[in-house]
Amino acid sequence: MGLQRGHKAKPLEWLAERLIFLVSLSAILMVFLIFVFIGREALPVALGRVNNARIQKTIPVEQMDKMSEKELEAYLELTPEQYKSMDHDTLKTLMELKVDSAKDAGTDKDAAVNTLSWRFLLRPHQWSGYDRPVFIWQPVSEIPKYNIVPLIIGSLKTTFVALIISVPLALGAAIYVSQIARPRVRELAKPVIELLAGIPSVVLGFFALIVMAGVLQSVFGFQSRLNAFVAGIALGFSVIPVVFSLAEDALTSVPRTYVQAALALGASKWKAAWQVVLPAAVPGIFAATALGFGRAIGETMIVLMASGNASIVSANLFDSARTITATIAAEMGEVVYGSGHYRILFLIGVLLFSVTFVTNLIAEMVMHRLKARMEGRRA
Amino acid sequence: MNDTLTSERRKTRPFKATQFDWVSFFGTGATGLATLLIVAILFIILGNVVINGAPQLSWRFITGPAVDMFNVEKTGILPMIVGTAARVFIMTILVVPVGVTTAVYLTEYARLHAPFTRIVRGAVNNLAGVPSIVFGLFGAGFFIHFIGANMDAVLHRGEAVTVWGKPALIWASATLAVMTLPVVIVATEESLRAIPPGLREASLALGATKLETIRKIVLPQAMPGILTGTILAVSRAAGEVAPILLTGAAYYLPDLPSALHDQFMDLGNHVFVLSTQSTNVDATRPLLYATVLVLLILTFTLNIVAIFVRANMRKKMRMLH
Repeated sequence: MGLQRGHKAKPLEWLAERLIFLVSLSAILMVFLIFVFIGREALPVALGRVNNARIQKTIPVEQMDKMSEKELEAYLELTPEQYKSMDHDTLKTLMELKVDSAKDAGTDKDAAVNTLSWRFLLRPHQWSGYDRPVFIWQPVSEIPKYNIVPLIIGSLKTTFVALIISVPLALGAAIYVSQIARPRVRELAKPVIELLAGIPSVVLGFFALIVMAGVLQSVFGFQSRLNAFVAGIALGFSVIPVVFSLAEDALTSVPRTYVQAALALGASKWKAAWQVVLPAAVPGIFAATALGFGRAIGETMIVLMASGNASIVSANLFDSARTITATIAAEMGEVVYGSGHYRILFLIGVLLFSVTFVTNLIAEMVMHRLKARMEGRRA
Repeated sequence: MNDTLTSERRKTRPFKATQFDWVSFFGTGATGLATLLIVAILFIILGNVVINGAPQLSWRFITGPAVDMFNVEKTGILPMIVGTAARVFIMTILVVPVGVTTAVYLTEYARLHAPFTRIVRGAVNNLAGVPSIVFGLFGAGFFIHFIGANMDAVLHRGEAVTVWGKPALIWASATLAVMTLPVVIVATEESLRAIPPGLREASLALGATKLETIRKIVLPQAMPGILTGTILAVSRAAGEVAPILLTGAAYYLPDLPSALHDQFMDLGNHVFVLSTQSTNVDATRPLLYATVLVLLILTFTLNIVAIFVRANMRKKMRMLH
């Protein structure tokens, strides 16, 4: 506020005010901690430090004495404490076991590759038994396959459907409610639409799964009952209030004088809204759509319940899809802490967080500029 | 000269349109229809749940234990209601003091358009846009495997037990507190800004210090706003499932949670379990609808209360100005 402090603060108050300042850093701290602690779990895989190949290069037992302690410790995958507690013979047995298990692993050439390396995360590979290179997400199998391309495609497909459904509807409603409707209608419609945001996403997921999937299947006649299309529509319902609120906010922030000038020149309410208010609010509309995208790509329960969860690479919207979010939610419960699979799930979490972080940042900056311009300040 | 004037006059459009304005008609109609459609979607979902769920509701169902959980005739949902209430309650204790303090700093101390204020506000807005599943990962990576594991290392040194380093009620609540922090901050900030500066100035002029003014004048006036923020945070958290899947919700537990490091059953998670894990969908459908209805009643009552408290507050503030 414009006014400076009143009486001089007492010493204890000075302390309290410092404390208030420190607490106010909590939001920044949390964003920072999210980055650090999700990144921390994903880092070993991101840097290529983990090797999960079933056949690893073995060292003949005779060479044991030539190896340094550090090398031996790393080779046998022991912690320093474990290493210290073992005598020479135990270590020798461990080395023999290692050579034996390598012999048992068979000669499958797939068993020799590190499926956690970036090349296998992003690019197709011709696994034995397949006639061409493919993208596969198959974390629970003899040779775990962690290609994240099917998940990205799944996420983009459901998000695409959600935006196609929700953005036109939400924008139309925002224009109507903020510019055209009578004040009484506006007072009623706004909170009702925002109530849609109060429906928990698990309830939207339930509705999509139990009611919508059957109805849509009988209308469109697609093969798999649960697919990207069904999930995308339900996802759209959760995006509508986000886009609506922000777009309505942006349209309302356009000064009333613009509209009054247009109306005075003989424009109808619609023409004033469409040709004057909307162009002025375009950055806000863009920000609203960006945030809607962030919401759609990050939504979990709806896609987990209604998308069918099959990791298929296809452009067909009526095929079942598995998204990044649903994969994390479904598989996090069963993974072993610290395993390669665990780290991959954090890695796609980092990917998701980065995407929404950048989207939010852009939307935030655009919105800030728009508001500053409308209030006549320099951004 | 005269000629050009008449041709000019012919070009200008008459003030009032004589023809019917089709463009405006369709524009208004289309946007109005969009509004109507959204409202219709809301009512279809609510109506479907109420019509199918209401007949199944009974006192026994709401207050009964969860034995035989796929059987609507026998099971109750008391453990889920208790679990959800517990996690939301602990979350409220954690988030409200932090959120309100941040909002006080932003409105009373920070300058409105200073770069630092923008960074804090940017962080708040960004936090609001982080996907809920990412909060779940954060809860698992930070609260469970960092704080929890280190607490075990200190409190239970030398024992081979995991007490805190596993999914638990406290970690789910803490994760949700981080998630709802922006909700509390934004709502409180709005109410603080709505308080007329005159009130603060009067207090300062009477010799109060800044902190005294905040404590005795500003915060009491902002109570409805803080309440709105709290209710909205509670309603958002009550229906959220994704973060607690990773940080503490259990599929089935025989007992109610009795300590902060216990796992718990949860209403939203139960809806997820019933809709995806049931072996006989038709048999569990009535049970599912009843559970969804209870969850919706919970979150909607909270939302509607928040709307009224906020509307009341705005009216009062308008009178003060």
